[in-house]
Amino acid sequence: MVAVLLPAAFLGVFFLYPVAAIVARGLTGEGLDRLVGLPASASFRSVAWFTLWQAVVSTVLTVLVALPGAHLLARYRFRGRAVLRALTTVPFVLPTVVVGSAFAALFDRFGLDDGAFRLQHTVWAVIAAHVFFNVAVVLRTVGAFWEGLDPAVEEQARVLGAGPWRTFWSVTLPRLWPAVAAAASIVFLFCTTSFGVILILGGPTRATLETEIWRHAVWRGDLASATALAVVQLVAVVAMVVVANRLQLRRAIGGRPSARRPQRPTKRLLGANLALLATVLLLPVAVLVERSLAVGDGYSLRHYGALADRVNLLPVSALVALRNSLLFAVVATALALVVGGLASLVVVHGRGSVSRIFDLGLMLPLGVSAVTLGFGMLIALDDPPLDLRTSRWLVPVAHALVGIPFVMRTLVPTLRSIDDRLREAAAVLGASPTRVFREIDLPIAGRAVAVGAAFAFAISLGEFGATSFLPRQPDRMTAPLALFRLLGTPGDLLQGQAMALAVLMMLLTAACVLVIESRGRFGSGVVRGDL
Amino acid sequence: MRRVLLTVGVGVLVALGAITACGSDPPSASSPESIVGQTITLVTHDSFRVSPGTLEAFTTETGVAVVVQSAGDTGQMVAMSILTVGNPLGDVMYGVDNTFLQRALDAELFEAYESPALVNVPMSLQLDPGHRVTPIDFGDVCANYWIDRFDDDLPVPATLDDLADPAYRGLLVVENPETSSPGLAFLLATIAEFGDGWEDYWKSLRDNDVVVTAGWEDAYYGEFVSGGGDRPIVISYASSPPAEVIYADPPVDTAPTGVIIDTCFRQVEFAGILAGTIHRAAAEALVDFLLSDTFQEDVPLNMFVFPASTTAGLPPAFVDHVVLPEDPHTLAPADIGANRNAWTERWTEIVLR
Repeated sequence: MVAVLLPAAFLGVFFLYPVAAIVARGLTGEGLDRLVGLPASASFRSVAWFTLWQAVVSTVLTVLVALPGAHLLARYRFRGRAVLRALTTVPFVLPTVVVGSAFAALFDRFGLDDGAFRLQHTVWAVIAAHVFFNVAVVLRTVGAFWEGLDPAVEEQARVLGAGPWRTFWSVTLPRLWPAVAAAASIVFLFCTTSFGVILILGGPTRATLETEIWRHAVWRGDLASATALAVVQLVAVVAMVVVANRLQLRRAIGGRPSARRPQRPTKRLLGANLALLATVLLLPVAVLVERSLAVGDGYSLRHYGALADRVNLLPVSALVALRNSLLFAVVATALALVVGGLASLVVVHGRGSVSRIFDLGLMLPLGVSAVTLGFGMLIALDDPPLDLRTSRWLVPVAHALVGIPFVMRTLVPTLRSIDDRLREAAAVLGASPTRVFREIDLPIAGRAVAVGAAFAFAISLGEFGATSFLPRQPDRMTAPLALFRLLGTPGDLLQGQAMALAVLMMLLTAACVLVIESRGRFGSGVVRGDL
Repeated sequence: MRRVLLTVGVGVLVALGAITACGSDPPSASSPESIVGQTITLVTHDSFRVSPGTLEAFTTETGVAVVVQSAGDTGQMVAMSILTVGNPLGDVMYGVDNTFLQRALDAELFEAYESPALVNVPMSLQLDPGHRVTPIDFGDVCANYWIDRFDDDLPVPATLDDLADPAYRGLLVVENPETSSPGLAFLLATIAEFGDGWEDYWKSLRDNDVVVTAGWEDAYYGEFVSGGGDRPIVISYASSPPAEVIYADPPVDTAPTGVIIDTCFRQVEFAGILAGTIHRAAAEALVDFLLSDTFQEDVPLNMFVFPASTTAGLPPAFVDHVVLPEDPHTLAPADIGANRNAWTERWTEIVLR
């Protein structure tokens, strides 16, 4: 019962109620007319179309780039695997401005930014950035699921004469499908609501529903138009999630978790994969590291040393901001794990309609604009007992709302894939339901829980949009906001410190993801040994 | 299984209860006569900075503690305050500027208050005769240029018209006035200068290959020479050259950039007492304090703007490196409020389509 009530209460109070409040406020009066008038507006149609197609193309490319890496991480053991896995998560904490300038520097260096081949301010720059930011989502969620699939099935197919491609298409992919669909739906929502990437890399002429909602609400002071667009966004997101869930549902194929020792990859396979990942993920990161070390014509660690001192542009030192972010991320991850974990159990074990509503409802915060949620919280949570507008808990709650879908998308496919016969066997042997959960579900899902937690953590650490729309006390400034402030004033010193802070955020994320995941692996290790 | 869920669930429900309890403010118990012991909230934008000890000086003086609440950039802060009118996030707002002022006044965000400290503030900054807002600081948005890129063959452009001269083709980067505060200020400068002719001016800027970015960061760090770009003229602030000196690494004696005085638009920032405050007397004291020399002299190096009070001294870096235009472009807040959406829409059609 609590498993149902708690996630429902969390979603209701912190998401549905605020969003309903702002939609009700915005649609009163002119808002409804604006909404009715939208389909006739040519500029709306072009914005909606661009929002859709760039997200579809970005998602497809992200999946294609990530699948080989997911295969590598799932099926092979090699030195540095855990570190590589942790490193793939770091793009999540990088602010768009920083990534944008890293991309620009790269294009410049390889001569791709001249004349006819200019990439900056094109839709391709937008799509490249979306792949960069999201490749980890597919890599990790699909990888974690893949790891749990028994490779014996593929081997049987090969023995029966199927080539590697045929095996992949007819045997692997169908079994992988739930995880691919789950990951792709998250990526799709992310690309639909991406903000900085569109504005900074896409240039001034490109607009999505997300940037238009912001422009109308903040710049034009036109809440009615902003709300009309927010309603369209909400409806579209619901429709997309329903379709994605259909694709993902009931395709899960049960099976024993693999008990065999994984192979070592061939040099060629490892090399090709690492080259692809390095191009997409590591080159921009390397640019940032280089910039954080550059002082004048040489290199030094000076910018890092300066992070402990407060620049007079910031209310606290960059290190304090980093500590704040860390605290927020820990709380947000815990919230996301508890709420998302309980909700996943409801989705897997609950009755049809309840299960579907949970699956849908807890995905929605990913697809709703930061303006809608932030403004909604502002007007909804303003009366006792829910006067939370200036509460220090609001930021981690908002971060957790974004993290929950990750916990669920990694957990649900894995829980579904657990063979019920395993649970029945345990029960027959006398295990209580609690014990069955602890010794069957938890260990097998441990890897997925860890991956979900790692994402929730990285997302919270790098979150910018929703945070900036919530009232905050300056001494609780987060690292992404500090970084943005540092880049808001001219001067090489500030730029250097911003880069150093970005690198520290990446290192911290990678380190924390390593720790979180080593715990998760402990769980799955136990069950392998037992089987 | 159920028992595990129950334990976890109850724990979290308790935690949620605690969250709710922490969030609410204790009711104020002080009498209206004495403000000693009160705590008031200053709602402001993310660029608000004071030196440590400045707000504490106010507390020592008056017995009133100040909590600062950031609410995003200026546009977000105004939008959020309009949504919460009647149940405001705080008692005093600082940072609404002349481009957003009319919107805030139309929404009746503020209670009128005429601070005695206004005697030290030039009338040119007192843009609301009703004193619903009090000017605290000002700064100028101007075209900045990279000094090394200009010489006798290509002298520094001196006027707005020069920027549209084919001799300066392909050199200028501006921000979109639909998404950027300096971008809007520069559009307003051209409207103040050319009146109805502003549309033709922007057509000629477009013909002169102007580049438009969404925000200041991508203009200054992406397209302008300073951040590694190739454009030597950018719309930025009159205070950007001193920042280039103060935050240089390694240190430099003179700024690598200069300001084109004829292009400047003046931005004035105001404070106002938020309607619905239950700490009116303390709020008045805070507005007075914002105009005191203690606060005013702290403003330049923290926020890179000029103090509104003529009695406040300036730091050396500002005296040496900032050029203050004598006659910057201005527009009445009411004009800006009535026309800005139409202007920026028309601008988009001319420059971006």
